[in-house]
Amino acid sequence: MIFNGKQRIWSEYQKEIPDDHYFYVRSCIRQNFFPASEKTFLDIVQNRLGLDFFETEHHTTCGGIAYHSDSIPQETLMTIVARQFALMTDAGYKNYVASCITSFGIYTETLETWRHYPELETKVRESLWKATKREFNKPEYLAHASDVIYKLRDRIATASVNRLVNKKTGEPLKVVEHIGCHYSKMFPSKGVGGAEYPYVLTGMIEAWGGEIIDYPERRHCCGFGFRQYLVKANRGYSLSNTHKKFESMKPFKPDMIITNCPGCPYFLDRWQYVISEMEGKTYGENSQGIPVFTYEEVAGLVLGYDPWDLGLQIHQTGVEPLLDKMGIIYNKADKYKL
Amino acid sequence: MGKLFDKLMEDYRFKEGLNACINCGTCTAICPAAEFYKYDPRSITNTVQNKDDAEIEALLKSETIWYCGECMSCITRCPRNNAPGLIIMALRNLSQELGFFIDAEKGRQQYVLNKVLCGNILNFGYCVYPRTFLYKDHPESGTTGKWIEDNLEAIHNRLGSNLDGSGVGILRKIPQEDLDELKTIFDVTGATARLDLIEKLSLKKADELGFTQEEYIEHIFTITEIDHYQH
Repeated sequence: MIFNGKQRIWSEYQKEIPDDHYFYVRSCIRQNFFPASEKTFLDIVQNRLGLDFFETEHHTTCGGIAYHSDSIPQETLMTIVARQFALMTDAGYKNYVASCITSFGIYTETLETWRHYPELETKVRESLWKATKREFNKPEYLAHASDVIYKLRDRIATASVNRLVNKKTGEPLKVVEHIGCHYSKMFPSKGVGGAEYPYVLTGMIEAWGGEIIDYPERRHCCGFGFRQYLVKANRGYSLSNTHKKFESMKPFKPDMIITNCPGCPYFLDRWQYVISEMEGKTYGENSQGIPVFTYEEVAGLVLGYDPWDLGLQIHQTGVEPLLDKMGIIYNKADKYKL
Repeated sequence: MGKLFDKLMEDYRFKEGLNACINCGTCTAICPAAEFYKYDPRSITNTVQNKDDAEIEALLKSETIWYCGECMSCITRCPRNNAPGLIIMALRNLSQELGFFIDAEKGRQQYVLNKVLCGNILNFGYCVYPRTFLYKDHPESGTTGKWIEDNLEAIHNRLGSNLDGSGVGILRKIPQEDLDELKTIFDVTGATARLDLIEKLSLKKADELGFTQEEYIEHIFTITEIDHYQH
């Protein structure tokens, strides 16, 4: 097919996302702060849709947070990545999917750097062999887990029991989408929709009945900044950047925020609490916060999962305003039941 | 041609990140760090492309190279395909290799980052691990964060984790043989030597300042005494 004009430009930012057969690697931050999101993801793709997503107990961190905190050299990072690829090769897979955005950026950076500098790939292969006696094939396809849900968005919509619609008014819910910086800012062609107009979350929201809000600081970083959050003395950086985003989105009265990065929902959730404690300022209706979700949690709500099975009780900013708008029935007494 | 510039050119990130900066300042305009800190990625990029050893050495010893958050927003917007974020990574790498990081308050924080992150990687196989992510260090995690810490195992069990369990799953115990491989990778690729160097220089600095190791770690984790900020 021949595309012209905007269609041609847009076509450069489309990804051919495989339907099935993935080697799945987990996210350090997702497992710590949103564990039920990974559980929900695998439940949707494996149990509800019957797809093949393989996990091995032997995979580890990719080292990405240490790398972007400048604690490990590039060659160390790439050799850990190469080891993950060796596990994929041993398991007989060619499609590689990462739960983490930092990892997705790390894998993309590694493969692209090796493409530009083949001698570095050779060196890393030697280091991996020296350290572990392992060998590897590179993935034929690299995805972020949000790419997979984007690909499946219409199947999820077909199976939906809830829509991103205000049940009382019938109006679409107003949604802020926040894309993790390392999804496509470094390598725009590797993300659905590129870096300026990423479509990976927008596509989900539109398919599930919501309406996306455009606001000035839509592409601004959540403020994680690696060492700027991890070191207590630096955290003002992280808080200030989140504050900037909330000040920018507030006039548009969002009902909810959806994110595709493991860290971003944590910071957008927790810093709302801190701003409220420090300044008494809130950004949602009725002096409440704006509920923040992972895309797996939103997919789960659309599919009718119980909110507390999705782990929404471990958010700091209350999610109930959104559940009420969607008309989701939930048991308040079960929220903190263990 | 400066020797330090040549050293930087050995880093693939520097080779990729520095093309021909036209000093337009787009990177500074988009940069989250530049709005918060006294930070200007444009001038850093210009300094390194001038290849002056004395200026680059001053940069390697400076506070400014530690202000970037590595979000890489600059890469998307640069009209000449420079990547100030990657240049910063190369500068931080060389600053640590040459021991210059110890001259900067923000640079000295590398010791605590190494302890936490590399400790988690080598001991548990994760960059972040719930039993070392403590509420006392993270009060911003809120009342929920405290509730999670007080009920860690029950909450992870409720949400389907396999915390410290065998086999696959969320926060499973990563087998010792895999942790051993990570350690060997650290040894073979220079990470262990890097950690040892940072520790040696940090303990020397702690001694100079009259701190025990524990006091020094607490100090660099919690306190900055210099005015780093935009006003």
